[in-house]
Amino acid sequence: METKSNNWEPRIVAFFCNWCTYTAADLAGVSRMKYAPNIRVIRLMCSGRLDPQYVMMAFAKGADGVLIGGCHPGDCHYVEGNYKTLRRVTLLERMLHDLGLEKERFRLEWISASEGDKVKKVVNEMVEQVRALGPLDMPGRFADWDKEMEELEAHVNHSQKEIPAHVH
Amino acid sequence: MNEPTKTQPRIGVYICHCGTNIAGVVDCKAVAETAAQYPNVVVSRDYKYMCSDPGQALIQQDIKEHKLDRIVVSSCSPLLHEHTFRGACEKGGLNPYCFQMVNIREHDSWVHEKGAAATDKAKDLTRAAVSRVAHHKPLETKTTPIHPDVMIVGGGIAGIQAALTLANAGQHVYLVEREPTIGGYMAKFDKTFPTLDCAACILTPKMSAVGAHPNITLWTYSEVAKVDGFVGNYKVVVKRKPRYIIEDLCVGCNECVTACVFKEGKFEDEFNMGLSKRKPVYMPFPQATPPIVLIDPETCINVKTGKCKKTCVEACGDRQAIDFTQKAEMKEVQVGTIILATGFQPFDAKRIPQYGYGIYPNVYTSLEIERLVNASGPTEGHVVLRDGKTKPKSVGIVHCVGSRDNKTHRWCSRVCCMYSMKLAHLIKHHTDAEVFNFYIDIRAPGKGYEEFYEKLQEEGVHFIRGRVAEVTDWQMSKEEEGKLVIRVEDTLAGFVRRIPVDMVVLAVGLEPHADSQDVRRQFNISCSTEGWFLERHPKLAPVNTFTDGIFIAGACQGPKDIPDTVAQAGAAAAEALSLIKAGSIELEPNTAFVVAEECSGCKTCIPMCPYTAISRDDVKKVAVINEALCKGCGTCVAACPSGAIKQNLFDDDEITSEIEAILAK
Repeated sequence: METKSNNWEPRIVAFFCNWCTYTAADLAGVSRMKYAPNIRVIRLMCSGRLDPQYVMMAFAKGADGVLIGGCHPGDCHYVEGNYKTLRRVTLLERMLHDLGLEKERFRLEWISASEGDKVKKVVNEMVEQVRALGPLDMPGRFADWDKEMEELEAHVNHSQKEIPAHVH
Repeated sequence: MNEPTKTQPRIGVYICHCGTNIAGVVDCKAVAETAAQYPNVVVSRDYKYMCSDPGQALIQQDIKEHKLDRIVVSSCSPLLHEHTFRGACEKGGLNPYCFQMVNIREHDSWVHEKGAAATDKAKDLTRAAVSRVAHHKPLETKTTPIHPDVMIVGGGIAGIQAALTLANAGQHVYLVEREPTIGGYMAKFDKTFPTLDCAACILTPKMSAVGAHPNITLWTYSEVAKVDGFVGNYKVVVKRKPRYIIEDLCVGCNECVTACVFKEGKFEDEFNMGLSKRKPVYMPFPQATPPIVLIDPETCINVKTGKCKKTCVEACGDRQAIDFTQKAEMKEVQVGTIILATGFQPFDAKRIPQYGYGIYPNVYTSLEIERLVNASGPTEGHVVLRDGKTKPKSVGIVHCVGSRDNKTHRWCSRVCCMYSMKLAHLIKHHTDAEVFNFYIDIRAPGKGYEEFYEKLQEEGVHFIRGRVAEVTDWQMSKEEEGKLVIRVEDTLAGFVRRIPVDMVVLAVGLEPHADSQDVRRQFNISCSTEGWFLERHPKLAPVNTFTDGIFIAGACQGPKDIPDTVAQAGAAAAEALSLIKAGSIELEPNTAFVVAEECSGCKTCIPMCPYTAISRDDVKKVAVINEALCKGCGTCVAACPSGAIKQNLFDDDEITSEIEAILAK
C-alpha cells in the first residue's frame, strides 16, 4: 500500500467512452503526444454506462482521482447517453463533496475523437492537481478506521466485563 | 471447443512487442513474467508481433495444448486488432468473446517515456484484463441484414463517381443534391490541372449518365431531413424543395425563361459567381442535370405577390410543366448504406480585408476567374476587368488565402498551388498579360504536377516567394498610377517589393461547409476539430466512419483534388458494395437483457433508452429489452436500481473486477 512517502505517485482511474474519448486517447498515441503515466483507462461503450458506484469503488480501492471522458453534448454515439452521465455526475459530485472529497479528484470531460491534445492536457492537469492534494488512500483510511473500531469494540467489551452483574 | 469453466479459468496472456513500438518503452518480458503470477494464468508469453500469422498461431496452439479457455492480448488498441485476435481465438476452438485486449501501445508506450512507470502501467492494465476475462461468457455473434439500396448525399464529382460505380454494379442509388443540378464545383471549372483537359468535357458525360441511369434516383434541390436506424437498415427522409416545375413534364426547352416578364436577367447568377445576371425562372447552366428549369421563390413576382402576367405559363403551353402550387415534399426511403460526399465551401476572401476583396473591384477570387476564362462563362472566355472590356496587362495571383494561416485556417488546401498555376497559364494564354504568383511554397506533389510547374516557369510566369502583406490602391510612383499594388516581402531576393498590377486573383482555400456540424450530427459521425468529417482510420480506413454503414468521400473529409476525390469515391462505393454483397454484417453482441426474477418493474430504465428498446411486460410486471433494437450503450444497466439489467461484455462483475485489479498492487 502506498504511503505519503517521497516516491508516491497519484493513481488516476479513467472511464472513457469507446467512440469519442477512448478514440481520442488512441489519437494521442498515434500522434505520440507525451503525458503523465499515472492514468489507467477502462473502456466503456458509452459514458452512460458509468454506474456511479464504479467511481465510489475506484476511490475505495485506492484511486487518488477518477476521470470520466465522454462525447461532447449533442455528439453521443448513442444519441443522449452523455446527458445521462452529466446528470449522474452532477449528483455524484455533490455527494463526494459532502463526503469531504476535494473536487479536483473527480472530473468529467467531453473529449471528441479528434481531440487527442485535450486528452494530454486534461490528464497532465489532473495528475498535477491530484499530486498537489497528496494521496487519498481510502484503503489505508479504512484500515485505520477498522482498527479504531476494533479497539473501541475491545474497549467496550472490556468495560462491559467490568460492570457488575447486578446492574443488568 | 474448450468451454470456459465457472470454477477454474485457464488463461493465456500474450504481451506484444510490436517490433520496438511497445518493447522500446515497456519491458515486455517483465510484464509477461509478472503476468504469469496472476491468478488463473496458465501461459504467459511475450512475442515480437502478436498480430502476425505466427503470433496468432501461438495463441491457437496454446489453446489446444494448455486447454486455455480465456485469452488476454496486450498490444495495440482494440479498435485496431480486437477483431484479429477474436478470430485467432475462434480458429483455436475458443469462443471469440472469451478474449480481452489490453492497449499498451496507443495508451502506454506511445504516450509515455521509457521506464518503470510505463512498464508498471502495462502490468496494471494486463492484470485488470486477466481479472476481467475470468468473468467473460461465451456469446453468439449476431448478424443483421444489409438493405441493398444506397443513399449518396452530394452530387459533386465524388457523389457522381460513387453513384455510377454502384449503379453499374446493379445497386439502386438515391443521389441527393442540395442545388438544382449535380456537378458541384467541378462543373464551374474551365480546365483541370495539370493536363488542361476541359472540365465540362470529362464531367458532363458522367452527369448525363447519372441522369439517365435506370438504377439511380436523382433528387436535386433536395436535402436530407432525418436519418434513423443503423447499418443495413437506415430510414432516411429527404425533403424535396419546390422548384415550381413538374420535373416529369419539363423538357428543358427554356421557352419560359425567354418569355419571363423580366426581359433581361436581373438577379445574381450563382453558377457564374454573381458575374452575370439571371431571371427568376432559369436553367442553372446549359448542361445542368437534370435539364430542368426552376423558379426562384425569392425573386419570382408570381410566387411573391401572385400578381404577374405569368408569361412563362403561357410559353410552356400544353406541357403545363409550371406549377405555382407546388409544396415541399417529404420522401422516405430505406437504404442499407450511406455515402456522404458533401464537399467543401470556398474560403470567404472578405475575411482578410487587407487583400481588398469587395473593396477594390479588380480583386477577384479564383472561382470568379474560373468562370471568366470559361468559354461558356459570363464573358464567353474573355478575361476582362470589372468594367467588362479592359484586358488586364498584369495580373497577380495571391496563394494561400485562408490556408496555412494561423488567423484563418491552419491547413494547406492542397489544390490552390496547382489551380493558381493553371489559372496563370490560362490568363496568360487569354490575355498575354504578365502574371505573378505570390507563394509560400509551391506544393506540387502529384502525377505530372511538378512538370506543370516547370512548364509554367518556361512560359514566363513569374514566381515570387513571400506571403502578400497587402493589396492597396495607395500609389507611390507614376508607374503605380491607376493600378493595384501588391506589397510583399520577396523572401528569395530578401527585400520588400511593391508590384503594380491591373488584376488581383485571390487563391482561396477550401473549408468545411458552414453546416458540416449539423450534417455530421444528423448522420451520427464525427468531425475533426477543423470541421472535416472524420475517417475511421487516417490510413487504413479512410472512407469508413465510426458509424458502420456510413462512408465519406471527397472534400468533405478534407481538401483534395479531383483525382484523389474520384479515387476516394470509388473506394467508398467499393466499401458499400462489400457490405451489400456480404448480405449481412456482424454486430457486437454487447446487448443488455433483463433478469426477470430481479426486476421490480419500476420502469426507471424505460426513459433511459434512446432506441425505445425497453418496454414493460404488464402481465409479468417486468421490463423487457428488445435485443434487436438494443445498441449496447449500457445506459439502462447503470440506471437499474436493483441491478436486474445485465450487459454482455460490459457486465458489472466484468467492470468491477477490472477496477479492483487495475488498482491492486
